[in-house]
Amino acid sequence: MNAVEIRNVSKVFNAGRPNAVEALVDIDLTIEPGEFVSLIGPSGCGKSTELRLIANLLEPTTGEISVNAKPARQARLDQDYGMAFQQAGLFEWRTVTKNVELPLELKGWDKERRRARALEMLDLVKLSDFADHLPWQLSGGMQQRVAIARALAARPSLLLMDEPFGALDEMTREHMQAELLRICAETSTTVVFVTHSIPEAVYLSTRVVVMSPRPGRTKVVIDVDLGAERNVDTREDPAFFRKVTEVREALRGMPIGGPDDMALEP
Amino acid sequence: MFALSLVLVAVLWALYKWVGPQDGGKLFGLTVLPRANDTAMPHVWEMLSRYARPERRGATGSIALVVLSGAWFTFRLALTGFVIGASVGIALAVLMARYKVIERGLLPYLVVSQTIPLIALAPLVVSWGGKLHIGGFEWPRWLSASVLGAFLAFFPVAVGTLRGLTSAPQPASLELMDSYASSWWQTLVKLRFPAAVPFMIPALKLGASASVIGVVVAELSTGLAGGVGRLIIEYSRESTSDPAKVFTAVFAAAAIGLAMAGLVGLIDLAASRNRRPKDVLA
Repeated sequence: MNAVEIRNVSKVFNAGRPNAVEALVDIDLTIEPGEFVSLIGPSGCGKSTELRLIANLLEPTTGEISVNAKPARQARLDQDYGMAFQQAGLFEWRTVTKNVELPLELKGWDKERRRARALEMLDLVKLSDFADHLPWQLSGGMQQRVAIARALAARPSLLLMDEPFGALDEMTREHMQAELLRICAETSTTVVFVTHSIPEAVYLSTRVVVMSPRPGRTKVVIDVDLGAERNVDTREDPAFFRKVTEVREALRGMPIGGPDDMALEP
Repeated sequence: MFALSLVLVAVLWALYKWVGPQDGGKLFGLTVLPRANDTAMPHVWEMLSRYARPERRGATGSIALVVLSGAWFTFRLALTGFVIGASVGIALAVLMARYKVIERGLLPYLVVSQTIPLIALAPLVVSWGGKLHIGGFEWPRWLSASVLGAFLAFFPVAVGTLRGLTSAPQPASLELMDSYASSWWQTLVKLRFPAAVPFMIPALKLGASASVIGVVVAELSTGLAGGVGRLIIEYSRESTSDPAKVFTAVFAAAAIGLAMAGLVGLIDLAASRNRRPKDVLA
């Protein structure tokens, strides 16, 4: 059973109107359980759109998407995946624990079961000491860890992440990347990860999908074979640099997006 | 801070009485500055000490007791009006947030409703109320005043809550709720309402003071006895012989407004206790 299967998908915004935009064309992607797949490309290449199609927050114009062998919509209704965004998006009126409990509340779990699972998740992201804190009392990196705990609270098999570390400083970011790999290994979660950062994509992924803009399409898929165990030394491994170069070469020559575009490198 | 500003107002009042023209400032025959004589502007001390004297010659007890019981009467009416108005306002906001069509159709009428002069509406509501007999329920006269308070109170609450419900939640938070397959009502309760609190509190404060105005005006125009509205009318007839008297009731009306706003402040305290201090508006 594939974790994600995208067949022949395209997405047109405002279809049939003068301001129609072709966001994605001819997307095919199959992700197996346990994979860590990054989508990378300049602004406007549709990588966030592709993630939202998998999440069924958007419907594809043509083609089919299945998650855990069910239609994407059913997978969303069953909460088969967890999601994390660039902004942690914690509810400021809820304590850290209550934020992690949110998806469980919506599933109708009773209070004690929710609480127990939330504390377990906070333990996983090493924030047990902050269970009763409020979001504004935490640093950006800690907030993002709470968001990851929230995304994983219902133990989904799939984690969808949209530039989750984009707003963090470089040092926090590298730390969070290592933490994410540890968490995914412990929970054997499949991840689809949208990023602007080449080293981030290479460090985290088993596969990097390089996309090109206008209209968004898959340019090339690069396998990253750096071994299952990745640590600080991985970042200085010549094999790591070769992969970074390979992804950069693939991105070369693409038009760069508008002023809202972030640098392709951190 | 509030006490200090009260003193400041009293000082300004006394200062104007001292320098202001006794018969008002006239420009081309029009009075442009208020008269500073003792009939139009009694001394601050005169107005305060009036509370200690009886309501009228021969009456026992001070006028303060009369005004206080009138204020309590009006306060209860205003509170009833506010509760009705706020409930209707919030219900309308939810309805408009849920169905865009209803917002487009209804909002213009709500705006128009606020342009109807209350004075014209008050006797109508009283007469409609008098004709209402639902089962054993008799429409009491005071309820008409509360309904008029509610009529003024619902509008700011509806508009403020609508804005809070629709624009306060972050788009990413709404996407997050979608990703959990949350129903519209679940999203309303868990996200939209809590996020809307900073918008709702100022709206509720406006609604609370509007309700007091509505009730006082209703008392004035329907002749409902027992509240400060009626006292203001009665006392103002004596403004030449006892100019300080009417102010005792006017201050009481202002105090009711403050008490109502204070109640909303308590709601605010309860609803915003988790928020970062500076994030709380108003």
